[in-house]
Amino acid sequence: MSLLQVQNLSASFRNATGAVQVVDSISFSVEAGETLGLVGESGCGKSVTAQALLGLLPARKSIVTGSIELSGQELTGLDGPGWRKVRGKRIAMVFQDPMTSLNPLLTIGVQLEEVLALHQNLSGRALRDEAASWLAKVGIPDPSNRLEAYPFEFSGGMRQRVLIALALAGKPDLLVADEPTTALDVTIQAQILELLRRLQEELGMGMIFITHDLGVVERISDRVAVMYAGRIVESGPSSQILSSPRHPYTNGLLESVPGFRPRDGRLVSIGGTVPSPGNWPAGCRFHPRCDRAIDICKIDAPKSDVDSDRICACHAPIEDHP
Amino acid sequence: MNRRIDSFRQILSRNRAASAALGMLILLYLLALFAPFLSPYDPDDESRPHSWATPSRIHFDGIRPYVHPVSFTFDDQAQRIYVEDTAVKAHLGLFVRGHLFGVVDDPANPTTARLYLLGADSRGRDLLSRLLAGSRISLTIGVVGVTISTLIALLIGGIAGFAGGRVDWVLMRICEIVMLVPGFYLLMLLRAALPLDWDSRVVYASIVLILSFIGWAGLARIVRGLVLSIRERDHVVAARALGVPPWRILTRHVLPHTWGFLAVQATLSIPGYIVAESGLSLLGLGIQDPQTSWGNLLQEAMSIAEIRLHPWSLLPGLFLFFAVLSWNLVGDALRDAFDPRGDE
Repeated sequence: MSLLQVQNLSASFRNATGAVQVVDSISFSVEAGETLGLVGESGCGKSVTAQALLGLLPARKSIVTGSIELSGQELTGLDGPGWRKVRGKRIAMVFQDPMTSLNPLLTIGVQLEEVLALHQNLSGRALRDEAASWLAKVGIPDPSNRLEAYPFEFSGGMRQRVLIALALAGKPDLLVADEPTTALDVTIQAQILELLRRLQEELGMGMIFITHDLGVVERISDRVAVMYAGRIVESGPSSQILSSPRHPYTNGLLESVPGFRPRDGRLVSIGGTVPSPGNWPAGCRFHPRCDRAIDICKIDAPKSDVDSDRICACHAPIEDHP
Repeated sequence: MNRRIDSFRQILSRNRAASAALGMLILLYLLALFAPFLSPYDPDDESRPHSWATPSRIHFDGIRPYVHPVSFTFDDQAQRIYVEDTAVKAHLGLFVRGHLFGVVDDPANPTTARLYLLGADSRGRDLLSRLLAGSRISLTIGVVGVTISTLIALLIGGIAGFAGGRVDWVLMRICEIVMLVPGFYLLMLLRAALPLDWDSRVVYASIVLILSFIGWAGLARIVRGLVLSIRERDHVVAARALGVPPWRILTRHVLPHTWGFLAVQATLSIPGYIVAESGLSLLGLGIQDPQTSWGNLLQEAMSIAEIRLHPWSLLPGLFLFFAVLSWNLVGDALRDAFDPRGDE
């Protein structure tokens, strides 16, 4: 049994005229100790998927259907208190922007202790020591003194370390990292990735790593799922996906960044822009931007073609790579 | 927060009116704090022979100040005319009968002289003493009232903005109903519904409650708006994602972010409370004689004839004016300190 099994998960937001679908019936799974990279351009539904996994989408304004099973327990349909037993303790999340994700009015120590007290029966001295030990675990020097510091006294990289400590303080089974390195510069990025990897190993948790950076995916993911316009278009082991993509969109993404698929040494961009939710084209949603599109792509949405552990939703997949 | 205080200091150093106002407020509140000691008489120490006595003229024996006793005759309109009895000197001194200064008792030479620095009222009570005693009520009622209504606004607005949905709808409609009724009429209605012959402390408390009851609604709507925006901030979403329960999120991660704004708002609403209390007391619905407040002292200055005959009875209005003006200036400076664009 997988740690996390997501089946036909859809999410839409209500507006004045009805509802706009943002995530369209996606399925994936994560095993304990494994990292799934969720890749896609802005607006493809990555972050909404992440929020749906923690039940963070506002109940009055959104509709979530499908199934999210965590170690066999169905999470969709949980009420407020039900979700609170899951959040932090079983699934935790690291956010994109370390500058705004900490409460600027409280010290790092107070925030860390607040979360630790929720998950462990500690108080006073023991709580303080535990908080300091977590700061040490995420590589912050002089932890017991740094507990007194306010977020503004920390750099972006240090704040992201604190956010990771906060997320891991409940020893979750699954960590959802929503672009945790996007706001950081490259050297700090590498340190944070290394830290996440090390802690994941230590705690044996599953991780969903959301990013638009294929370089990051290559470093951290065991498997990759590529999203486009609310759907997963291709997924499989990251080594295979990154070296021999089958879906033209994945291929296009790889050709547009240096170091993956050089074609005459030039980078190629995908023409056009991502259609916004509500304006998705019929058939395959990628067909207006796809240079391999054939007639059927305009009418019929391709079914996911399951081939061993790789999935690709395309009528004209790239079969052979040079 | 320290940044705000620094910014406030900077603004004060540039804005002379605001720093003068802050000084004025500190002075007024110190006067109120030490009122019984600073005033020459007890506020209800009356002397019928000195009804509407004019402000005493102070003479000097070398450097030793003294006043003459006064006696009166009537003019053709039956108004008293006070004349100094220059044969008798009543010396003034410090620390007299537990007050900072006053007419010295001389057992060998008893005198009827009284010291009226700002004149007397109809019953011969010292206006200065009554002003100082009244400032204790007039100056505190605004602060206490604003504190209470801010707390109510925090609770109601916070819950409405955070819970949303039906709770929000119901609470906001209640706010609108309270705001619908013109403030001063509501004030009078509520006061009229309560007995007039209560103990003065109960009257004070009831006026504070009435003022707070009128003041919270507008503030609660603003708090709700702030909460609606703050609860979408990343650090609040992050706290939810970590499993922090809603009540804790509201009290620790949302409401503290409204404090800066509320401090400004509260400071700027204090003058309204001071004026409202004065208005109530002026109409005889607030603090009752012999208790004093600036409002009920002004009762004696309600007709033009009174003002012409005893212009000093308008002085409580001057104090009111300076207190209200000072609070407004300080509130403006605070607002500038909290305004991120306030650098021009």
